[in-house]
Amino acid sequence: MIPITLRRSLLLFLLLLSVSSIFFASASGSVSLGWSEWLAAIQDSGSRHGELIWRLRLPRAMAAWVVGSMLAMSGCLMQVLLRNPLADPYVLGVSGGAAFATLIGMVFGIAVSFLPWLAILGALVSILIVFGLARGTGPWSGTRLLLTGVVTASGWAALISLVLSLSPDNSLRGMLFWLMGDLSYAVLPLWSLAVLGGSFILTLGLARSLNVLAMGETTARLLGEPTRQMLWLVYLLASVLTATAVSIAGSIGFVGLIVPHLMRLLVGSDHRILIPAATLFGGLFLVLSDTLARTLLSPQQLPVGVITALLGVPLFLLLLNRARLKGV
Amino acid sequence: MTDLVCQSLDVSIAGKKVCSRLDLKLAPAQSWGMLGPNGIGKTTLLKCMAGLSEPDSGSVLLENQSISKLPRRTVARLLGMLQQHTVYIFDASVLETAMTGRHPHLGHWEREGALDKQKSLDAIRAVDLEGFESRSVTGLSGGEARRLAFASLIVQEPAILLLDEPTNHLDMKHQVRIMNHVGEQVTNMQRSAMIALHDVNLAARYCSHILMLFGDGDWQAGPAEELLNRKNLERLYQCPVESVLTSTGKRFLPGGQS
Repeated sequence: MIPITLRRSLLLFLLLLSVSSIFFASASGSVSLGWSEWLAAIQDSGSRHGELIWRLRLPRAMAAWVVGSMLAMSGCLMQVLLRNPLADPYVLGVSGGAAFATLIGMVFGIAVSFLPWLAILGALVSILIVFGLARGTGPWSGTRLLLTGVVTASGWAALISLVLSLSPDNSLRGMLFWLMGDLSYAVLPLWSLAVLGGSFILTLGLARSLNVLAMGETTARLLGEPTRQMLWLVYLLASVLTATAVSIAGSIGFVGLIVPHLMRLLVGSDHRILIPAATLFGGLFLVLSDTLARTLLSPQQLPVGVITALLGVPLFLLLLNRARLKGV
Repeated sequence: MTDLVCQSLDVSIAGKKVCSRLDLKLAPAQSWGMLGPNGIGKTTLLKCMAGLSEPDSGSVLLENQSISKLPRRTVARLLGMLQQHTVYIFDASVLETAMTGRHPHLGHWEREGALDKQKSLDAIRAVDLEGFESRSVTGLSGGEARRLAFASLIVQEPAILLLDEPTNHLDMKHQVRIMNHVGEQVTNMQRSAMIALHDVNLAARYCSHILMLFGDGDWQAGPAEELLNRKNLERLYQCPVESVLTSTGKRFLPGGQS
């Protein structure tokens, strides 16, 4: 953990890195631009390179940043909700519902611009199922929520496999890319910025409550939190963030798990600093992963979900191993 | 001054009566010891008094209002509880954790100020955890975690303290230290405490009043010197008891032939 006095400077540093990463992403790709070329191109949006930057690369990098930060924020919230540092945004089946609805849309050849709405719809259905079944009448139960969510997620996975096995071969590739998480066709709708900004401010306002909730439901109630309402609010917030992210770019794995983890090691568990740090780093991480996905085997493009998993798995195992050595 | 009043309270756990028609007033400057055999429902009754669970019938009143109708934030400013088990899952420092006691006193966007920090440091010193401020809570021993939980209760500054076996996991020095601290809070600051205890002699030394839970809903409540005697304790624990007189008053030992 870094000293408290340095934590704010870290946020500033992450912000600067985020901005530079977006510019860096706009210069890299199958056509790599040098500093002077890039500078000329960005001033002239009509030129060939200018168009490449302004119409393709910058929007894609922005989409990557927004999706990454949403997943990271959602991961932080889910970990508090389930009181488990290993929870991720997808564990409760939100992405499964979104993915299933989108695949159905692809099968029936619905216009690409409508697919995000289908994803949102699918996510909503999933949220309602889990919310309705897990709520019951008794006290709030994390275990019941987790079980309902995990089983619902398996249900969606089965339906997804069913759709895939019935789909014609020529559409299978696009579907698989989307399932793995892909930013190639990502468009960043304006409302998603509102979702990100709104959730960020709300979460930051709740940050001290999140600290208390992480200590357990009874402790939180004794410290003055109306825990039942709070936990449902956290669940809804996390779900909306996940659904929006999935609707833009499919189910990109590991960002929501690894980013909160890394940031916890760096800044500790106080959500007043953890939330902004994870939000910034999540965006940064996905922009860089996507740039890698575009350039690694260029001109061949890889789904970014493959890169995040390839980076995420060893990183996570390393962290886990270090934690074990420390005796935690 | 804040009173906690139980009005003809019926509480049960898993079909067993903990207390029936319990009437009791926890007034300032009183410290109550709650005694009863294992599994009788002391924790259940404490949780009910904290408004964490609903009684079968009757009510718990805090400042003359039903505790279940009050917002939790209002309750948390008046009443705090030390739970029987303290498990910390997420990494946080000892100081941060002690400071969570300030939570009910701060607004959403408010940060802890210098005074809040000072209170937390004082509490950490009071439970003998000085020097541990920046340590992670996940690495604390059982006894240390317990003392930290007590420190954050002190930082919360409630007028009414509910303590569920505060001396669990603690060695003799820290048992005395914590009980002394509760005693100071009660007498010097006109607070009140309800303490579930296993150790009759801690109750005899530190409590002004006693609540005995006999099982099947039977109970007895009153000043400690009236209730703590051989007859009552033998009925309570279902075993022979001997009393001895020490320099600080009467104490009790398991009796009978050996």
